[in-house]
Amino acid sequence: MADLFDDYPAGAAWDEVFDRTGAVRPAYAHVRDTLVQMSEPELRGRADALARSYLNQGVTFDFAGEERPFPLDVAPRVIDGDVWDTVSPGVAQRVRALEAFLADVYGAQRAVADGVVPHSLITSSTHFHRAAHGIEPPNGVRVQVAGIDLVRDEVGDFRVLEDNVRVPSGVSYVLSNRRAMAQTFPELFAALRIRPVSDYPRRLLAALTAAAPAGVDDPTVVVLTPGVFNSAYFEHSLLARTMGVELVEGRDLFCSGGRVWMRTTQGRRRVDVIYRRVDDEYLDPVAFRQDSLLGSPGLMTCARLGTVTIANAVGNGVADDKLVYTYVPELIRYFLGEEPLIANVDTWRLEDPGALEEVLDRLDELVVKPVDGSGGKGLVIGPAATAAELDRLRGRLRRDPRGWIAQPVVQLSTVPTLVEDGLRPRHVDLRPFAVNDGENVWVLPGGLTRVALPEGELVVNSSQGGGSKDTWVLGGVPPGRSGRVTEHPQSVPVGSSVPIDANPDDTRAQSMQQQQSGTTTASSVLDGATVTPC
Amino acid sequence: MLSRIAESLFWIGRYIERADDTARLLDVHVQSLLEDPWAEEDLACRSLLSVMDCPPPPPAEPVGRAQVLATLAYDRESPAAIAGALLAARENARRAREVISTELWEAVNATWNQLPAHLDPSRPHEYFRWVRERAAVVAGIVDSATARDDTWRFLVLGRSIERADMTARLLTMRALAGAGGPTWSTLLRSCGAHEAYLRRYRGIDSDDSAAGFLLRDQLFPRSIVHALAEAEACLSVLGPPGERATEDAARMRLGHARTSLEYRPLRDVLDRLPAKMETVQRACSAASDDVRARYFPSRATTTWVGEAL
Repeated sequence: MADLFDDYPAGAAWDEVFDRTGAVRPAYAHVRDTLVQMSEPELRGRADALARSYLNQGVTFDFAGEERPFPLDVAPRVIDGDVWDTVSPGVAQRVRALEAFLADVYGAQRAVADGVVPHSLITSSTHFHRAAHGIEPPNGVRVQVAGIDLVRDEVGDFRVLEDNVRVPSGVSYVLSNRRAMAQTFPELFAALRIRPVSDYPRRLLAALTAAAPAGVDDPTVVVLTPGVFNSAYFEHSLLARTMGVELVEGRDLFCSGGRVWMRTTQGRRRVDVIYRRVDDEYLDPVAFRQDSLLGSPGLMTCARLGTVTIANAVGNGVADDKLVYTYVPELIRYFLGEEPLIANVDTWRLEDPGALEEVLDRLDELVVKPVDGSGGKGLVIGPAATAAELDRLRGRLRRDPRGWIAQPVVQLSTVPTLVEDGLRPRHVDLRPFAVNDGENVWVLPGGLTRVALPEGELVVNSSQGGGSKDTWVLGGVPPGRSGRVTEHPQSVPVGSSVPIDANPDDTRAQSMQQQQSGTTTASSVLDGATVTPC
Repeated sequence: MLSRIAESLFWIGRYIERADDTARLLDVHVQSLLEDPWAEEDLACRSLLSVMDCPPPPPAEPVGRAQVLATLAYDRESPAAIAGALLAARENARRAREVISTELWEAVNATWNQLPAHLDPSRPHEYFRWVRERAAVVAGIVDSATARDDTWRFLVLGRSIERADMTARLLTMRALAGAGGPTWSTLLRSCGAHEAYLRRYRGIDSDDSAAGFLLRDQLFPRSIVHALAEAEACLSVLGPPGERATEDAARMRLGHARTSLEYRPLRDVLDRLPAKMETVQRACSAASDDVRARYFPSRATTTWVGEAL
């Protein structure tokens, strides 16, 4: 029988479903069996249901003036629980190291003194802000939320592709993908033990509350959004809604008397923690861009006074600079005294002696990235670029070696994805989200899997036309339920359930109709026609 | 108004609300079973069945979602199931056709007509969403296009009593299953109350505040106290049918149930939640009987007795 996996090609990349011999990997066995039993129209019907559900919920993005549902692929990505239990500590370790690095950068700079990182590396970073120097976060946390982008290389090992500790986005898609998939594939959810993700808003709120200035009993947390026109506005509103906090824009806030307030119908109300989804440069026109309308003048002053916590902290961008990325394994050893659990992708620093020459020589087989870009901006893939593009790139690299890094082309792992021709391998990456509440770093099981929909495409960013997949981490130990002593099941004597009433007329109606149907011949009880009395 | 018509209106209110609440309850029940890999399906399904007054099968047989859905969602015979309640609502609307607006009738009748197309056991979520939408259409027409006369009051009276009853059942379900059952946020979501609750308590989850919210929030229309107060308000305007009637049994029962929740430390209520909720359900059931005895007295069937000569 022809099935959806017919002619599924084996590629150079690590395929997460099939191994080199074409056998199904154990984690995927059940998913694959379920998908195989479906006909193509049925699977496409489910895909349509997913898209419709997203249109209704408003999980959309703007495409040429038309609202399109955010692409969610029907085939899930599955990660074995055992594998995940090695990835998740690696992500947490990285966040702890970056946290320590940031504290050092905006404090004593011991790492520079000890020669772990050059001083010029920090000061030359676009996102290093002197305005953030000396602002001490109340519970020592600067990275409340981190998104660490991972890829699986040709042999299936996870590697870190980049760190995001400024305003990592995408977690709303993890939450809404899960909901939509559970409604569309109830049979898979019933058969597999998939670790839930719905805990995220609670964890985030707890981390934000923990970061409140000292001495505030019941902190007011707000989410600061650039506004409804921002492409991630859906995420901002979802987070505010699920945390039960206000979603504010810059114009709703003002600073007065060294504190931040929001304008409400009940007068001004103090704000203690701002989970901001506005970039550093736009946050405070006094300290940064003067033409910004998205922030609120004086925020930085209040943060410096310690009356408000800005999360994630201002100036975090220095830690996700891609040149700093190359130093992270050393930073882990230096600050934590541990070996990195997840390796980096091999990277050339163009300022190292001889590196620039080697990279320029091999440019057609490397990937070159600007150090401060995010979302795949400015990235050039050597094998896919034209000679003219490469020539222009050579010029730029020579002029600004600090501004770029080079990496070998990593064949990202592939997962079957529903495209025109059926299920075909497409490259994916993974962004797990980590929440740091100051005591420990919690990693959301799974994360956002982004998939590059065009064949062979290696850039999987959603701002570059990528889709997403729901990411299922299987199995594991159930978390302790919040069982209190008073919570034990209370029994009710059998038979004490209160009956559900019904209109007595409804049960009598049949007998009344029966009496009348004796006198009429045409009408029946079932067709609901009104019986005319004779 | 004719007693018979009033009774039909009362039951339209009850049945539509019942379909709505049951759909919400089942939707969240099913969703939480799917999303939580450690849910105890058998226990959760059993407690749901017993709370909804359906005899659960013997302990040896495992109970699953499919059975719960067949009993409470798709059964067209039972007025405790969504499909049965929608059918019954339509029958009652037909009897009161001359007093309800054409819009309202069409909303109820169209629901009945579309029902068979939605009874697809493989897509329960869509069925529930459709039921909620239809109930919202009916409720919207009742609220926006019905004069605030007795027609409206009987509809709202039925709706409020049913709402209090269903919320009480929901809370019983939680108490029966204990910590292994649905979480409070599941219950809040099934009342559509989760977001309202998060805003009120600013996302600080606590079991007590969640239970308190469903029991006696003054502002949220699905809390028991709010629903009971609304039913009382309808009864007080409906007033005594006879001039000399001084005692309003239905109002007394509802008011007693409400005040015993409202003017009592929350801890007291929570410690004996199943008993308290049973009281509420019994009060609703008894109030429903009182309303019938009082406003729809046609129950007493006249029987002719041949006099023995």
